[in-house]
Amino acid sequence: MRVAVIGAGVVGALIARELCRYEGEVLLFEREADVGWGVTKANSGIVHGGFHDPPSTIRARFCVRGNAMYEGLCRELNVPFLRTGAYVLALSKEELPLLEELRAQGEENGVPGLEIHSQEEVLSREPNVNPKVLSGLWSPTVGITEPWAVALAAVENALANGLELHLSEEITGIRVEKRQVQEVKTPEGRYPVDAVVNAAGLFADHVAAMAGLSEPVLFPRRGEYVLLDKAAEGLVRSVIFPAPSGKSKGILVLPTIDGGILLGPTAEDLPPEAKEATETTPEGLSQVMEGARRLVPKLPLGQAIKTFAGLRPESPQKDFILGESPVKGFYQAAAMRSPGLTAAPAIARWLACEVMTSELSLKRKGSFSPIRKGIPRVAELPEAEWEELIRKDPRYGRIVCFCNKVTEGEIVEAIRRGARTLDGVKFRTRAGFGRCQGAFCTDRILAILARELGRAPEEISQKGAGSPLVGGRVRP
Amino acid sequence: MRGVKVDVLVIGGGAAGMGAAAAAAREGAKTILIERNERLGGVLEQCIHPGFGLHRYREELTGPEFAARLRGELESSGAELLTEATLLDLDPAGPRVRAASPKGLLQIRPKAVVWACGARERPFGALRIPGTRPAGIYTAGLCQRLVNIHGLLPGKRAVILGSGDIGLIMARRLRLEGVEVAAVLELKPFPGGLLRNVVQCLEDFEIPLLLRHTVAEVHGKRRLSGVTVVEVDEGGKPLPRTDRFIPCDTLVLSVGLIPEVRALESFAPLDPVNRGPKVNAWLQTEVPWLFSAGNSVAVFDLVDTVAALGARAGVAAARYAQGELPPARAVPLVRGENVLHLVPSALVPGEEATVFLRVPRPFPRVKVSLGGLISRNHLGARPAEMIEVKVPPGASKELSRMPEVRVEVTPA
Repeated sequence: MRVAVIGAGVVGALIARELCRYEGEVLLFEREADVGWGVTKANSGIVHGGFHDPPSTIRARFCVRGNAMYEGLCRELNVPFLRTGAYVLALSKEELPLLEELRAQGEENGVPGLEIHSQEEVLSREPNVNPKVLSGLWSPTVGITEPWAVALAAVENALANGLELHLSEEITGIRVEKRQVQEVKTPEGRYPVDAVVNAAGLFADHVAAMAGLSEPVLFPRRGEYVLLDKAAEGLVRSVIFPAPSGKSKGILVLPTIDGGILLGPTAEDLPPEAKEATETTPEGLSQVMEGARRLVPKLPLGQAIKTFAGLRPESPQKDFILGESPVKGFYQAAAMRSPGLTAAPAIARWLACEVMTSELSLKRKGSFSPIRKGIPRVAELPEAEWEELIRKDPRYGRIVCFCNKVTEGEIVEAIRRGARTLDGVKFRTRAGFGRCQGAFCTDRILAILARELGRAPEEISQKGAGSPLVGGRVRP
Repeated sequence: MRGVKVDVLVIGGGAAGMGAAAAAAREGAKTILIERNERLGGVLEQCIHPGFGLHRYREELTGPEFAARLRGELESSGAELLTEATLLDLDPAGPRVRAASPKGLLQIRPKAVVWACGARERPFGALRIPGTRPAGIYTAGLCQRLVNIHGLLPGKRAVILGSGDIGLIMARRLRLEGVEVAAVLELKPFPGGLLRNVVQCLEDFEIPLLLRHTVAEVHGKRRLSGVTVVEVDEGGKPLPRTDRFIPCDTLVLSVGLIPEVRALESFAPLDPVNRGPKVNAWLQTEVPWLFSAGNSVAVFDLVDTVAALGARAGVAAARYAQGELPPARAVPLVRGENVLHLVPSALVPGEEATVFLRVPRPFPRVKVSLGGLISRNHLGARPAEMIEVKVPPGASKELSRMPEVRVEVTPA
């Protein structure tokens, strides 16, 4: 049995990991130079409750199930996860019934613990939200995580369980004969396979078309964000939503796992071909600030350290496309719009362990271990444990990223685990993610990458081919 | 964890910290300096251009030469020097400081602390410029380290945003290394750096300085391919139909330095304009055991000044630790018209001091006055150049009768 999973975002990574529970070969293909660099890299990082999704949708079913899996998943994978809870705020009388509708919808979906809180209670928990708030829908199961960390950890764990990872290798063709998948093609070669899982994110329509399928139909929805420094920590402690209006969940204010505050996203529909339009726009950024200010009037925008945009794959039916397809052996995990991150573990479990297992008669391996040990975050360790690490390897005492207190030891370990680029180090360790945004550490990380990989600094990139960090040498 | 008790702990081994540690040790205080980098010297190590030391040493030195002299003075002072030791936290109860180094974790219980952590650069993200997020965007200080410490060039064709001194210096440095510098852009109608740097770094190399211009958008998916440049009005708002594309693979930002005060924010009152802690004429903050000097107080023009202020802070911290610094009856300096940065925040009656201030825009001629205490005329006041006003001990004695001193700059 040989399965190719296409796309190493959080969905593909978790599916590949689940498939590694079974005997056979699992190949994971990713066009980017690292795991989690597409849709996964730039979204809100929210593990949603499941009250935003209409009860009849596939989204609703997998969102509630996925949410319940996150604690266990993140414990196994040693990834940060925090159940912050969330508020949906009613800021006008017109918005009051919307909260009731959301609560009813959530309860029908099986979302536990939903409560409507009074103005007084909302303001006592979240003193910085708009004092005009009339009431808030409280959802205690909403949480936050780092989406790229989930994807990276899932792939690391899958690798330890036999995964074959193909980075920087784009699928260029899929051979189908007698309505059955035969092989996948890349510029590197041809791979005969029994099954293919399409988890190609924004490009899932292209991949499906290679197998002769017309579904999914996708278009990118752009979301722009503004990230505030840790100095703003505590501005809000839970995820703050506006009352829903129209197509998206609106512009939010939420804490990030490492103490920053995230504002956004916008929801701008782009033409289907704009799959790489991750630029921010003046209009988008001002919408973000305006929308966020409505929820939290005194926004410390002077603490902004980064703006960015992400694209999420949206489809006309506004729902995930999952499971079997008219082509035998071709499985879809596509149109993974919000709440894709939340749903991902449940989709992975269902697709691999229910659908594919029975159709392909997969057999459990005896040796699968679900446990992955993370790169030690030394600054968060008890002193004695950190001291012990320094005694064994003094590089764990040499701090490279001053803002986030990341040591050379952690960076070297990230490289050992597969980081080949500046962003690869950043997403694995948070080095360069802090308030100076790499001004103090980029040159040092570049030097460590070059040294550890035995390459010239000119060969080290920010995010893979075409993004070198330096362009030459000073005159000798 | 290794634990030590000292009189004075100096945090930061740049010009201010080296000056402070040497002075404190010479006062007889048991002194430790911690520095996070491998070498002492701070930003001086990467400033390989000349122009340092004219005041302190009466000769023109490069940054590393200036640092080497200060290191020499420090090494003979008896202060203990710990490099590659990074501050983890500063607990004001105690006070107690934790640091990490390849030798292990360290806990220090000092009687007095000199905070000399310099400044950090405002990052690209803080500007909220629309566009893509490609490789090739560097702050000027990072660019300077790549070139001068690592011997690496950022790219082939650069645009520099902001005309702060490091930006100007880097324009020349890149040009000398064969990197084409398409333009230096400045949002304001006047340059941000020293006049001598505008002349020596841009005019002498025919690098265009575009005042009232900024970057409206960055382009390039993986590596920078160019920037859209736009002219702005008085308020910094883009003017319609003035945008044009400049191809470049490198964008260097020189858009401001911010005093590094992260570990102090929760307990030491800061000056909202300087963005560093409020200090009196002894460089003592409003937390009596905490002193601060150099760019972590406010961003200064000259390293000579920074080293001298560091020494002053070191002496005061040593005296405090030895119980010889009387509680200051500080007289606040209050900002009047046309005063931006202002150091110190308070004077001490009977103590001589130098007041440093910055004007918000250029004036051909101004009168600078410190309450009724001192008043003098000044020619060619520019935002890039701090105005210094000496307060001699005689004038300072009169302070005891004053509730506050209003600092004012009026066009003359």
